Amino acid sequence: MDKNSFFNRMLDSDVFFSFKKSPTAIISSLILFIILFSSIFAEIVSPYNPFDPKSLSLMDAFIPPSWSEGGETRFLLGTDGQGRDMLSTIIYGSRISLIVGFAAILFSAVFGVILGLTAGYFGGKYEMAVMRFADVQLTVPSILMALLVDGIARGLIPKNLHGEMAIYVLIFAIGISEWPQFARVSRGATLVEKNKDYVSASKIIGVGNLIIMFKHILPNILRPILVIGTIGLALAIIAESTLSFLGVGVPPTTPSLGTLIRIGDDFLFSGEWWITFFPAIFLVLLAFSINLLGDWMRDTLNPKLN
Amino acid sequence: MSFLKINNLSIDYPMRRETVYAAKNVSFEVKRGEILGLVGESGSGKSTIGNSIINLIDEPGKVSGGSIILDNIDIYEKPENILKLRGKKIGLIFQDPQTSLNPILTIGEQLIETILTHIKVSKNEAKEKAINLLKEVGIKDAEKRFNNYPHQFSGGMRQRVVISLALCCEPELLIADEPTTALDVSIQSQILDLIKKLTKSRNLAVILITHDMGVIAETTDRVAVMNNGELVEIGNTKELLTNPKKSYTRSLVSSVPPTNIKINRFKIIEKENSNKNTNIKILSRWKKRELKKDNLVKVSNLSKTFDDSFFSEKNSEKVMAVNNVSFEIKEGESFGLVGESGSGKSTIAKMIVNLFKPTDGDIFFDNTCITKIKDKNEMMKFRRQIQMIFQDPYSSLNGRFKVKEIISEPIKLHNPSIKNEDLSSYIYDLLESVELSKQSAERYPHEFSGGQRQRISIARALATQPRLLVCDEPTSALDVSIQAQILNLLKDLQEQLNLTILFISHDLPVVRQMCDRIAVLKNGSICEISETEKLFNQPNHDYTKELIKLMPKIESIYK
Repeated sequence: MDKNSFFNRMLDSDVFFSFKKSPTAIISSLILFIILFSSIFAEIVSPYNPFDPKSLSLMDAFIPPSWSEGGETRFLLGTDGQGRDMLSTIIYGSRISLIVGFAAILFSAVFGVILGLTAGYFGGKYEMAVMRFADVQLTVPSILMALLVDGIARGLIPKNLHGEMAIYVLIFAIGISEWPQFARVSRGATLVEKNKDYVSASKIIGVGNLIIMFKHILPNILRPILVIGTIGLALAIIAESTLSFLGVGVPPTTPSLGTLIRIGDDFLFSGEWWITFFPAIFLVLLAFSINLLGDWMRDTLNPKLN
Repeated sequence: MSFLKINNLSIDYPMRRETVYAAKNVSFEVKRGEILGLVGESGSGKSTIGNSIINLIDEPGKVSGGSIILDNIDIYEKPENILKLRGKKIGLIFQDPQTSLNPILTIGEQLIETILTHIKVSKNEAKEKAINLLKEVGIKDAEKRFNNYPHQFSGGMRQRVVISLALCCEPELLIADEPTTALDVSIQSQILDLIKKLTKSRNLAVILITHDMGVIAETTDRVAVMNNGELVEIGNTKELLTNPKKSYTRSLVSSVPPTNIKINRFKIIEKENSNKNTNIKILSRWKKRELKKDNLVKVSNLSKTFDDSFFSEKNSEKVMAVNNVSFEIKEGESFGLVGESGSGKSTIAKMIVNLFKPTDGDIFFDNTCITKIKDKNEMMKFRRQIQMIFQDPYSSLNGRFKVKEIISEPIKLHNPSIKNEDLSSYIYDLLESVELSKQSAERYPHEFSGGQRQRISIARALATQPRLLVCDEPTSALDVSIQAQILNLLKDLQEQLNLTILFISHDLPVVRQMCDRIAVLKNGSICEISETEKLFNQPNHDYTKELIKLMPKIESIYK
């Protein structure tokens, strides 16, 4: 009953109304849903398991997409140099990309919001220190930052663990390079909220600072955080692909979209264009639909534009 | 022959869920040389009608019926009609002089630009005309001030500039939408006098939109009362205010706090809430204290400076918000703090509730100096005894919390061992004490009106059973009829719970109704402290005399 009423309330809300009226939002969330669904249920959706060596045959290597000359209907988007089905590797690869993207953005959101919220709330020298540090980090391009963190982490971790730890290192490297955005937005929103009377009222009652910050202010600043989180997700996925493309990301045995593009890049000039083209198109589609959804959210959730 | 004629005007706002009718079949006329007051509470459609005359209705609103005829031209008949009239025949004065001037242009440039768009004159002639206009609206040294930017003018001066802008193309109709609401009393009366003078000297037709019955009584010739988009009553101001025919008008007039006498309670004719009788159920829980008639609060030599000079020079001028203020409040008393904006009254309130630390001086509560307490647990004892009600009912409640969560927060904090059933019955008792229904507990603040939100705010403040209630302009964001109800409620609560109230307001008539003693503040210092009736009948300080003389009086109509 309660769930039902919550569901009804959501269907009736202004946000859902503006969603129904925006074709961009519907199309991009549809694309996103298909990608999310297929990567979560990759074992069911994808025609082959590209990581199962038994199903691979070198005889199947370099088969072009099914509609072009020499293509086979078995492999819709063709195969790569090891005879792996491209469609399956893309579906499995997007799973890695999405995991890294989501985890990295969650990490940087938690880290950045805690710092930004406390900085905005307490002010003074602490705020100065946090925000100037964020400013300094923003002067370094985030991809360089991620490369630096990635390099240091690899130096610290024993070599035999590199393959295993790669994904965690990536998440940390991308997450740590994105936090200043969250810190800035949450600090700004906190500065507005903390001067509102409901915060004064809680102070007068004697509520502690931690409870005021996380129970009262945080729910009121979630909207802008959600918006930059969505746009940040696209950035994180692209950052992951960039790092993997540069060869410092996940290893080729469990390829992400970036790794796939890098592998395919080697064959581009010998005519096997599909090996790099399809993962790249897929990445563009993914990032583009997330960004469009983020744009729509920014417009809808912005109280000033309503 | 009337100059402006509005016939059966209807304005609709088709929204997603329903169509809002901002005006329903409104008809009235305005003659030259006459000031028509358009009065009503928020949401009554008075500004919408003003905006419709110059075709400035916000999207998605539209005129769905009727006509507006200005000097025999139907404004909505052809789209080009309005362009000919707007700015030229019709001048407009907005509420907030801070935002209605462009801050990056000098006032001279703005005046000349407006003149040149509508009248064919040379630039020099336009300048001469602009300077004459500035002189006409009472700006001294008009030649020099001509080249100043808006930020170099005070609020009242800026509103004069806005009026000169509205006049610069010699309009015949002037629409003033709450022209003095953002201004202090002393400046308000100057601006209203100016509008009155210009109406006579230029033979203007003026529509004055306001919610303030005092302004209506002192300024207008005729008045139209609006409610929910409908014209309730229209007539000669004196007749209408002394002998209102409709019950809505009667309740509106009776809600206005009288300036000449102190009444015990406001007469409420139409109540916002269905709960008829105030039923103070929390009384059984309340540890009612004997009134000792001792000083509950003693403020001595209190000062507060705001230091903004983080990057600037160390010896830069500090802002003295409160300067050496001393007063006492007896237990069970209502003490008023009165002053114009920037007089430091809110700063004092915030120091008493311990949101700000004073720069200098002490505050004693029940003979304990609360400004020097360092220990948190020690402070909590006083926190529960001093509670506050805020001005803005929209920002004082956390919109993400249900009403019951808002009210239970102080209860749980000061009584962590309270059982769940006891907690909810306490919440219901509190809600009933402020005349809200039990069902309100499960709802969110945005489902309530401003007055109801203020009641929730009062319930929250009462939850810790305080002895001192600090009310910082508790009704200035509310409509008069709601204001009367909230003030009645505060009076009832005070009587039954033996509360001590520190009442802060800029509104003298309200303070007169609420307080036993009053302190008048100016620029952070106290001018005089006196018993209420003595203060209003024989003020000592010149500043107090001026304030009392200038406040808009609804009684001026009887003279």
